[in-house]
Amino acid sequence: MSVTSIVRHRLFWPCVTLALLCAVNVFFNHNFFALEVRNGALYGSVIDILNRAAPLMLVAMGMTLVIATRGIDVSVGATVAIAGAVVAVMIGGTLVIKDGVQSYVANFPMPLAIIAALAVALLCGLWNGALVAGAGMQPIIATLILMVAGRGVAQLVTEGQIVTIYYEPFFFIGNGFLFGIPFALYIVAAVLLILLYLTQRTALGLFIQAVGLNPTAARFSGISARALVLWVYGFCGVTAGIAGLIITSNVKSADGNNAGLAMELDAILAVALGGTSLDGGRFSLIGTLIGALIIQTLTYAIYSLGVPPEINLVVKALVVFTVCLIQSERLRSMLFTHTARIGEKS
Amino acid sequence: MSLTRHLNPRTLPLIITTTLFVALFGFGAISYDAFLSPQVFLNLLIDNGFLLVVAIGMTFVIISGGIDLSVGSIVALTTMVSASLVQHHHWSIWVILPLVLLMGCAFGLLHGVLIQVFRLQAFIVTLGGMFLARGLCYVISIDSISITDPTYTALSEYRLALGEETFISLSGIIALVTLAIAIFIAHYTKFGRTVYAIGGNERSALLMGLPVARTKIMVYVLSGFCSALGGILVTLYMLSGYGLHALGMELDAIAAAVIGGTLLTGGVGNVIGTLIGVLILGVIQSLIAFDGSLSSWWTRIAIGLLLFLFCLLQRIIERSGLGRKAKSTTA
Repeated sequence: MSVTSIVRHRLFWPCVTLALLCAVNVFFNHNFFALEVRNGALYGSVIDILNRAAPLMLVAMGMTLVIATRGIDVSVGATVAIAGAVVAVMIGGTLVIKDGVQSYVANFPMPLAIIAALAVALLCGLWNGALVAGAGMQPIIATLILMVAGRGVAQLVTEGQIVTIYYEPFFFIGNGFLFGIPFALYIVAAVLLILLYLTQRTALGLFIQAVGLNPTAARFSGISARALVLWVYGFCGVTAGIAGLIITSNVKSADGNNAGLAMELDAILAVALGGTSLDGGRFSLIGTLIGALIIQTLTYAIYSLGVPPEINLVVKALVVFTVCLIQSERLRSMLFTHTARIGEKS
Repeated sequence: MSLTRHLNPRTLPLIITTTLFVALFGFGAISYDAFLSPQVFLNLLIDNGFLLVVAIGMTFVIISGGIDLSVGSIVALTTMVSASLVQHHHWSIWVILPLVLLMGCAFGLLHGVLIQVFRLQAFIVTLGGMFLARGLCYVISIDSISITDPTYTALSEYRLALGEETFISLSGIIALVTLAIAIFIAHYTKFGRTVYAIGGNERSALLMGLPVARTKIMVYVLSGFCSALGGILVTLYMLSGYGLHALGMELDAIAAAVIGGTLLTGGVGNVIGTLIGVLILGVIQSLIAFDGSLSSWWTRIAIGLLLFLFCLLQRIIERSGLGRKAKSTTA
């Protein structure tokens, strides 16, 4: 591989950004890459970042596919809240004293609660998909409806309360370690592998790109674009649901108002950072994961630098503008060809 | 569809919206004794004046075929800047007001230039603006700043009596004046007509020799200005500056415009409809408040449901061929 082909690679700039951020972290915290084993589990800044980025990585992967079909899903934060509310209410936890030992018992069996939460999340996604593919609404407006109503629904489920979970096995999803690595990362890896298989070893990836690049042409070439878009939104809902499970398990409670707040923005940002064009078409799942890690590493750096965390939003805003400008063809042509007149792009 | 065939698609949503408002208000009047009074109606304006101002700016943006997600944050930033300057730096209100309005315009200008000159998508640019404005609030202060300045409190408490027991607040008056100006701008100025033309078909507008680039940027400046003005009204209403003020207001503003009959594909809509959209949102809140047993989250669900029904209605109108030929949606 020559140098130019490496530089031209789509993942080059996201990787450079991530590496730079890591370098900044190392500069201020020399133990940034240090890992240690405590109680048979790995601990360290990198593990921490990976673990905290897990929900965002999941949501962003779903979002990548949606954006690849030329769509957008701004309701993922609300879906996270709904899934969290459902699982929290269904598991809850009742104190039972048996043989003098106190233990908490779930209201419903945990697998049932998890399946129910994911099913509700799938329904949320399919609802979006039906509005976009079926009714033909603009994606941003169609998903805006669920974004507005979704938090209301989540509060309806929890009856406006913050529902606390006492049932311990559930905590494993967000806090547990398997072979020394946070369990949430296995979920991310599993979803990633399934998606990579589906998009690279089957025609699905091509179909999604085709729909994103030119929906009409895709339909004429025999792709049932509607069904595809419907299920892509459905899948995005499921990833948001899984993220909701992890977040709820992590904080051991469900808050209809604040769970997954502004997650849709972070997810879109992760996709954009990963080099997927917001105009649809070509997409990169790995790029999205790197994008999510960039966001989390940035947050980590801001915290560890002692900068007030409130600045985080301002930094993110500047990142959004910068990334958009880098992706702007217009800016490139302005910089490289001063004399060329650019025709109107409608 | 035989009924709708005889109706103008541009006015049909407005007729439905007005009917719905009358129905909701009538329902309230039948259910609750104190509901049918001029003051309840005026309270809708008093409590939602800021939303009306913000939604007017949003209406122009949507008619031009764009979207502005930053309005709520700019409202919050305005309250924060105003409160900080008046409380911590003891500036005069007459310096602060032009300053924050200018700040709103500057935000709009930034959005407009990024969208028009660099051809970026409106929603992602204004999303960035949303982050930026909200973040700047927290840079000023994480906590809420209460305003005790006498001029602000006096303006906040000002009530214009309209009869024996009816009155309207300053923010209600400002909202109505803004509405009047907006109607004038939309229908009686070159700028307003150009906005409709761009939303209808940008390419045609360009070929007609209309100043497309300038107008599109100006639309976002207008929205920024309206957001800042709305922010001033929120400052007066709350008498405080807080980074969490107006959370989700962009959605309410979009909902008000859509319920008021503004087509999201651009080109169709009017400011009066937005007024009725805002009034419907207000009346839903009043109904839920009057009922007392319904929890506040029902408001969100009701607004979401209304938004859904009206979006669906728009699609039906477009599909039945009454509306303009549906534009390919790229956003």
